[in-house]
Amino acid sequence: MSLGNLPFIASAMLVILGIYTLLFKRNLVKLVVGGSLIETGVNLFLVTFGYRTAGVAPIYTYAPAAKRMVLPTPQALTLTSIVIGMATTALLLSFAIHVYRHHGTLDARKVKELKG
Amino acid sequence: MTALVPHVPALLIAVPLLGAFLAPIVGKLGRTTRNGFVALVLLVTAALAALLAVRFLGSNGSPILYVMGGPDGFAVPLPSGMATPIRIMFEIDAMNVFMVLITALVTLCAGLFSFRYLRDRSGGDLFYALFLLLTTAILGLEVTGDLFNFFVFLEITSIAACGLIGFQAWQKRAPEAAYKVMTMYTLAGIFVLLAIGLLYAEHGGLNMAYLASAIRGSVVDQVALTFLFVGLGMKAAAVPLHMWAPDAYGEAPAPVSAVLVVNSQASLYGLFRVMFTIYGGVANAVLLGWLIVALALVTIFVGVTVALLQNDLKRLIAYGALSQIGYMLLGVGVALVTIPTKPDFGFVALQGGIFHMINDAACIGLLFLTAGAAIRAAGTRDLNRMGGLAHTMRLTSVLFIVGALALAGIPPFNGFASKFLIYEGSFQLNPFLAVVAVLSSILLLAVFLKAFQAVFLGPRPEGASVGGEAPLGMLVPMVVLAAVVIGFGLFPGFFVERIVTPAARALWYGRDAYIHAVLGGF
Amino acid sequence: MSGISSGFGTWNPIAWGLLILGIAVLALVLRSTGRRSYKKGTDQTKAFLSGNEEPSTPGDLHVRGGHLYWGMLDGLDAYYRRVRGLHTGVINDYVAWFVGALAFLGVLFVWVG
Repeated sequence: MSLGNLPFIASAMLVILGIYTLLFKRNLVKLVVGGSLIETGVNLFLVTFGYRTAGVAPIYTYAPAAKRMVLPTPQALTLTSIVIGMATTALLLSFAIHVYRHHGTLDARKVKELKG
Repeated sequence: MTALVPHVPALLIAVPLLGAFLAPIVGKLGRTTRNGFVALVLLVTAALAALLAVRFLGSNGSPILYVMGGPDGFAVPLPSGMATPIRIMFEIDAMNVFMVLITALVTLCAGLFSFRYLRDRSGGDLFYALFLLLTTAILGLEVTGDLFNFFVFLEITSIAACGLIGFQAWQKRAPEAAYKVMTMYTLAGIFVLLAIGLLYAEHGGLNMAYLASAIRGSVVDQVALTFLFVGLGMKAAAVPLHMWAPDAYGEAPAPVSAVLVVNSQASLYGLFRVMFTIYGGVANAVLLGWLIVALALVTIFVGVTVALLQNDLKRLIAYGALSQIGYMLLGVGVALVTIPTKPDFGFVALQGGIFHMINDAACIGLLFLTAGAAIRAAGTRDLNRMGGLAHTMRLTSVLFIVGALALAGIPPFNGFASKFLIYEGSFQLNPFLAVVAVLSSILLLAVFLKAFQAVFLGPRPEGASVGGEAPLGMLVPMVVLAAVVIGFGLFPGFFVERIVTPAARALWYGRDAYIHAVLGGF
Repeated sequence: MSGISSGFGTWNPIAWGLLILGIAVLALVLRSTGRRSYKKGTDQTKAFLSGNEEPSTPGDLHVRGGHLYWGMLDGLDAYYRRVRGLHTGVINDYVAWFVGALAFLGVLFVWVG
């Protein structure tokens, strides 16, 4: 049985959940998790559209003869995006630590000294 | 040495990147060695940018193509007979050259300024590593011809810029600003990646020229245009997505604020490249144009009026910088609207918008640097507590006046030259646009008058917390930027003809040449 | 040297500068034909503060930044209160603006454009 459009739906759900988290959650660390959810959704989308039905991994060594291969470029895009996501998450969390040290709270509604 | 000349586009990225990673290591040898090394890297980058400009002018206007990994055979013929370009390539036409020149000028001046500015602080090694990384990434954004490469450089600019914004982490507001800005940048980058994924899924290629030739205007293309527009527009700080910008420009150290403005302009360039080149034949130009004109008017007006409220010097200049992005958007929007009906006037507005990019970068850079010098002398950023600095900092106050008058569009400075083109271009579309633009320019003069009166005028301040004139290491970059401001103002025809009109023509008419350079027989 | 030309006219800063220089020279010539007699140090040269006393400490003389343009800020108070209220500084609101713009432009580009 094939998955059909399920991975696309799952990726859309992840993106929507991530946006929901960013909009309605107040803890700064939860906001970072929300951003990470959106990134995961987009990565899943990238890998999914590279899939070709009954395709094998796009490696030429020991490849089965006359078989379709899935697209390799989206996999490269996804790897790059995962690495970038890791770097941004690390930076965001370190700034969250600094904010906690200065303000004593991680509530986004209270950390609003820069306004107006 | 001449063997390196064809490789200038790659060297433009490689030299600052190498400098960025070597800066902490050289820093172990001492502060002066590190400063000299960073100055050398920035000077070499500026020289490479100038070499690129000269080489481009010599190639009679066709885009220069630089393919990573070999010049021939880069279009691999598939079994179906279609030949797709599959390598990452840098494609440089007049618009790219223009942006590279802006970046090289401002990063050089800001970098030289930062040597003296950061002298009494630790952590300089990491600062220069991030600074050179930001330079690399902005230059990479501006020369690349591949859309995913564009995304990678976009994310590198986000990370480097936010690292620099939160550099003064011992203060209370800098990490908060850096957190908010990083969240917004990440969000924009994710949606740009989603758009790139959609375009790849639809057309099977990531090269900008290939996409430009293959795009058809289906629903997926329009959705991708939405994501790209909002993501890149947010990074360029268009109202109502601008709220991160005053935090970012206000809390970063002064030289970094100047480079952040160039970063916003590079994202604006990315938006123009997407709209004019990739979606050039397909997008609804009138709808897009009116949308951009509406955004531009709101940006100009909100930026200037909220700037009048601020009591923090750098936040005030930040809101001023925000409103100037609106002028660039106004010029381009008017150009897009008048494509079918009055193309000559539209071209004038486009020239104005693009000329305003370099004028704005120079003026805002000058203003941020002088504000940095003033803050360092006064020890505070609050306009209610500063005063009387003109007694001891004469040259700095004169440079502040030059920057403020130029940005507000007072003749004979360069701001007037570009705003003149924007006023005239937008007047023929609808007089209301020109009225809002002119009134906001006057209001911007009022804003900077407030800043000047509060900071520089007044009786000589008592107390030992006020330093003397800005040191020479900080004065020289400011004078260089002021010379650019005055030079562009006194001879606008020369510069418009050499660098602005080719850039505008490359955006407006150069789509076919752009595609032809990569795909050959188009 | 030829200046930049828009569809309506030309802007030549050198010509403008020469014109301003000419006007300035004319103004100086006219000014030099005036009277030269004034007494320094008396009320003729002091600033007029509506009859009030000049403040003694220099610190009170300077109008600080927050007090400038008071009239304009007070007059536009309705506008400013609303716009300043929108700039809340809470990160969730920044994301809300972003998602709102995405939704609006999505509808605009996909349905209309």
